[in-house]
Amino acid sequence: MRISLVNSRDFVSGLLFLSLGLLSCYLSAAHSLGNAMRMGPGYFPLLLGVVLSILGLVLLVRCLRLGGEGENLLASLHWRPALFVGAGVVAFALLAQEQGLLLATLGLTLLSGLARRGAHVPELLGLGAALAAFGVAVFSFGLGLPLPVLPV
Amino acid sequence: MELLSHLSLGVETALSWSNLLYCLLGVTLGTLVGVLPGIGPVATIAMLLPVTYGLPPTSALIMLSGIYYGAQYGGSTAAILVNLPGESSSLVTCLDGHALAKKGRAGAALGIAAIGSFFAGTAATVVVAAAAVPLAAFALKFGPAEYFSLMVLGLIAAVVLAQGDIFKAIAMTLLGLLLGLIGIDVNSGEERFTFGIPELAEGISFVVISMGIFGIGEIIANLERDHSREQVIRNVGSVLPSREDYRRSWKPVLRGSALGTVLGVLPGGGAMLSAFASYMIEKRLAKDPSEFGKGAIEGVAGPESANNAGAQTSFIPLLVMGLPSNAVMALMIGAMMIHGIVPGPQVMTERPELFWGVIVSMWVGNGLLLLLNLPLIGVWVRLLSVPYRMLYPAILLFCCIGVFSVNNSLFDVLLAVGFGLLGYLFIKLQCEPAPLLLGFVLGPLMEENLRRAMLLSRGDATVFFTRPISASLLLIALLFLALLALPHFRATRKVAFAED
Repeated sequence: MRISLVNSRDFVSGLLFLSLGLLSCYLSAAHSLGNAMRMGPGYFPLLLGVVLSILGLVLLVRCLRLGGEGENLLASLHWRPALFVGAGVVAFALLAQEQGLLLATLGLTLLSGLARRGAHVPELLGLGAALAAFGVAVFSFGLGLPLPVLPV
Repeated sequence: MELLSHLSLGVETALSWSNLLYCLLGVTLGTLVGVLPGIGPVATIAMLLPVTYGLPPTSALIMLSGIYYGAQYGGSTAAILVNLPGESSSLVTCLDGHALAKKGRAGAALGIAAIGSFFAGTAATVVVAAAAVPLAAFALKFGPAEYFSLMVLGLIAAVVLAQGDIFKAIAMTLLGLLLGLIGIDVNSGEERFTFGIPELAEGISFVVISMGIFGIGEIIANLERDHSREQVIRNVGSVLPSREDYRRSWKPVLRGSALGTVLGVLPGGGAMLSAFASYMIEKRLAKDPSEFGKGAIEGVAGPESANNAGAQTSFIPLLVMGLPSNAVMALMIGAMMIHGIVPGPQVMTERPELFWGVIVSMWVGNGLLLLLNLPLIGVWVRLLSVPYRMLYPAILLFCCIGVFSVNNSLFDVLLAVGFGLLGYLFIKLQCEPAPLLLGFVLGPLMEENLRRAMLLSRGDATVFFTRPISASLLLIALLFLALLALPHFRATRKVAFAED
C-alpha cells in the first residue's frame, strides 16, 4: 500500500515540483531581493519558487488523502530507449568537433538504433552510412554547417 | 480603403517571383517535416535560420512562416494515416481522423482537413489584415502593466484549455518561467541559476528545450510502443469528401475557424490550444457524442480548421506587439532581429512591404498547400510507410543539427539530452510539457514588465487592477479560471481528453 503510494505519478510529480521549488528559493536567496518597487534579481524567482513549492505540496497532500491509484510508475519506465537514445545524442555531441560529422552521425545512428529490442546491426550500419552521406551533402555542403566532415 | 491599398502592397510583394518561390519552398518543407513525426517546425526553422542570413528579410520571413503553417497541414496527414501526430497540434486529429481511415475513409478525412484548413487560413488572413492596424494602435496604449496582464491571461488560458491535471499544468508553467530566468539578469548584470557554467550565462535557447522535450523525449516515449503492429493506411480512396461530409462539416469548420482566430491571438494560444478547444466544443455540440473517437468527421473538420486559423493569427501578437506566443514565434523574433528589425507596433509603419507581404503570403501559401496536398498525397503516404526504426535516427540527427546551429554549440546538444530525459519523465508523470515551453518563452518578458510596472507605480501592486485595459485582461483570465469551477465544463474537459 505504502509502496504503491510513493510509486504513483502524482506523488513523484509533487515531490519533483516541491524540490525544484525549494531549490529555486534557495538559489534566489543568493541574490538581493530588493522591494516591490525596485525588484532585485532575486524577487521574481523567489516568488515563482514559493508558488511552485506550494503546488508541489498540494499535489503531495492530495495524493496522501486520495491515495495513489495503484499504478506502478517504476515498472512503466523503459530504461533501454532512454539510455540508448540519450547515449546516441551524447556520442554525437562528443564526437562532432574532433572526429567530424561523418563519424558522429555513424555513432549516433548505431547507438540510438540499439534502443529497440531486436535491432539489426548490419541494417543500422547501412542506415548510418546513408544518413552520414545525406547529412554531409545537405548540411556541410548545402547549408555550410561549421563542423568538420572528417576527423581533424 | 486603406486596407485595400495595404493589401495591394502585400500582393505585389508576395507575388513577386522570388517570394513566391520562397513561399513554395517553405510550405513544401513545412509539410514534409509536419508529416514526419518528431521534427516539427521548430527544428526545421532552427536549422534553416543560418541560411536566411543572406536573404532579404521579407523573403526570409515568408519562407519561415510557410514552414510553420505548412507543418500544420502535414501534421494532419500523419495523424490520419498512421495515428502518429506529426505535429503536436494534430494530436486530436488522431482520434477521429485515424478512426475514419480505418473505416476506409482516409481520403475524405484528408480532404476535409485540407479544405477546412484552407478556408480557416483564408478567413484568418483576412482577420489578421483587417485587425492589424486597429490592434497596433491599441497596442501603443499598452504599458508594462498591460503587457504583464496579457501574458498572465495567455498563460492561464493555456493552462485551463490544455489537457490534464490543472495543478500539474500550473506547476509546469512556473517551472518554465523559472527556466526562462536562467542566465544574466539584464537589470543587475548578475548571473542567476547558472551554477557557474559559462555556457549558461546567456540563458538556455528555447530550441534546446523544445528539441529536448518534444524531439528527444517524444522519441523515447514512442520507442516504448510496439510499432510493428501499427499500420499505415495505404488505401486512401477519393480525397473528395461526399455531400454528406460537407453537410456535417461546414458548421464545425466555421466554428473552428472562429475559435482558432480568437485563441491564436492570445499569447500561448496558437495552433495546439485551438485544436483542443474546438474538439471539446464539437463533442459538446454533437447530436451523438458517442460517435466521437470512432470516426466523426466533425472531429476532424473542427480541430483542423481551428489549428490552421490559430497558427495564422498567432502572428498577430508577434507582428503587432513583438510578443511571441509560442516557440516558433520566438524563433521568428530571432529571425527578425538578425535582419535588424525590432518586432513591435512600429514594424507596420516602418516596413509596410514586409508586414503586408508576409500577411498576403500566408494566404498564397494556404492556396499552394491545397494544391500541394491533395494531388501529392501519394508521396506523403509513401514517406509515411518508412518504418519508424529507420526514421527515428534520422530525426535525432536533425534534432542534433538544429540545436547545434542556433549557437554553434555542442554543449547545447548535451543540454538537449538532459531535457530529453526530463521530457520523457514528464510524459510518464502525465505532466503536459507544452505549458512549460510557453512559460519559458514568456519568462524573461514577464519579469521585465512586472519590474517596470511596479517601478512606475512606486511599488503599488493595485496598478494591475486600476488601469482599465490591464484590469479587463485580468478579468478575462479570472473568467477562464471560473470555467474550471463549473462541473459541466470540468466533465467535458475530462471526457474530451479521455484516453482511448
